[in-house]
Amino acid sequence: MSSTVTSVRESITVEVPIDRAFSVFTDGIASWWPPEHHILKAPLAEMVFEPRVGGHIYDRGTDGSECRWATVLAYDPPHSVMFTWNIGLDWEIETDPKQVSEVEVRFLAETPDRTRVELEHRNIERHGDGWERMRDAVGSPDGWRIGLQRFAADAAAH
Amino acid sequence: MAYASVVREETETPTAAKALTALADPTRRVIFERVAERPSAVVELAAGLPVSRPAVSQHLKVLADGGLVSCHRAGNRHIYSLDPQGVEALHVYLERFWKRSLAAFKAAAELPASEHYHPDQPDQEA
Repeated sequence: MSSTVTSVRESITVEVPIDRAFSVFTDGIASWWPPEHHILKAPLAEMVFEPRVGGHIYDRGTDGSECRWATVLAYDPPHSVMFTWNIGLDWEIETDPKQVSEVEVRFLAETPDRTRVELEHRNIERHGDGWERMRDAVGSPDGWRIGLQRFAADAAAH
Repeated sequence: MAYASVVREETETPTAAKALTALADPTRRVIFERVAERPSAVVELAAGLPVSRPAVSQHLKVLADGGLVSCHRAGNRHIYSLDPQGVEALHVYLERFWKRSLAAFKAAAELPASEHYHPDQPDQEA
């Protein structure tokens, strides 16, 4: 699988039927989304994945505040889903539609009980404005070097 | 391919910071996206942009300093193409994010049936 510098591709195989894989990824997003990766100031009450084109993926805080960080571009259960990524590199919301990237997820039934999930996050260079802030957030280039080494070690361990 | 940067020599790392700054400029980002689409000469990149050819050259120089594009000669033309190094930090960042998230997704999807996530009983601790 080739991966260009402006897109990120990841895939994983899960030992569940395709319907369940799709359902957990979309409707059940709160059950797996990294808990520290939320934009709201308030504690998270729920994550909502609106199951239709034009819908949003959003976080809702316990105080009722909402953060719509994605717009659903394609919704074809249980085969694929595509959405924009309106999150800047500093984990702030990006409002300029020219500066959002997009994520496509495909679900492939390998057997009745096994599903391959392929994810592509593309046009990531569109987040250009956030790079400077990201640099500040991650610190010196040495900070990246350490992160990269840790990442490589993790990857090698799996 | 992203892993390769881990073993890169120290002298090459400062480009990361320059790359991050280079793309903060909207015009440079447009030029960068055009180069990313297809290796091009300055005249091609300048076409349709509201800036002069020398200005495009200057932007290309900043992008090149940031390790985002590189240049080679083809006859009497300079052809600019994407230099993967500069985009790598962002690439690795998101790659790491998704690798970790998909692993968590797998764990959630494969929970025993008795512990399945049910839409009508949202599990809010995750």
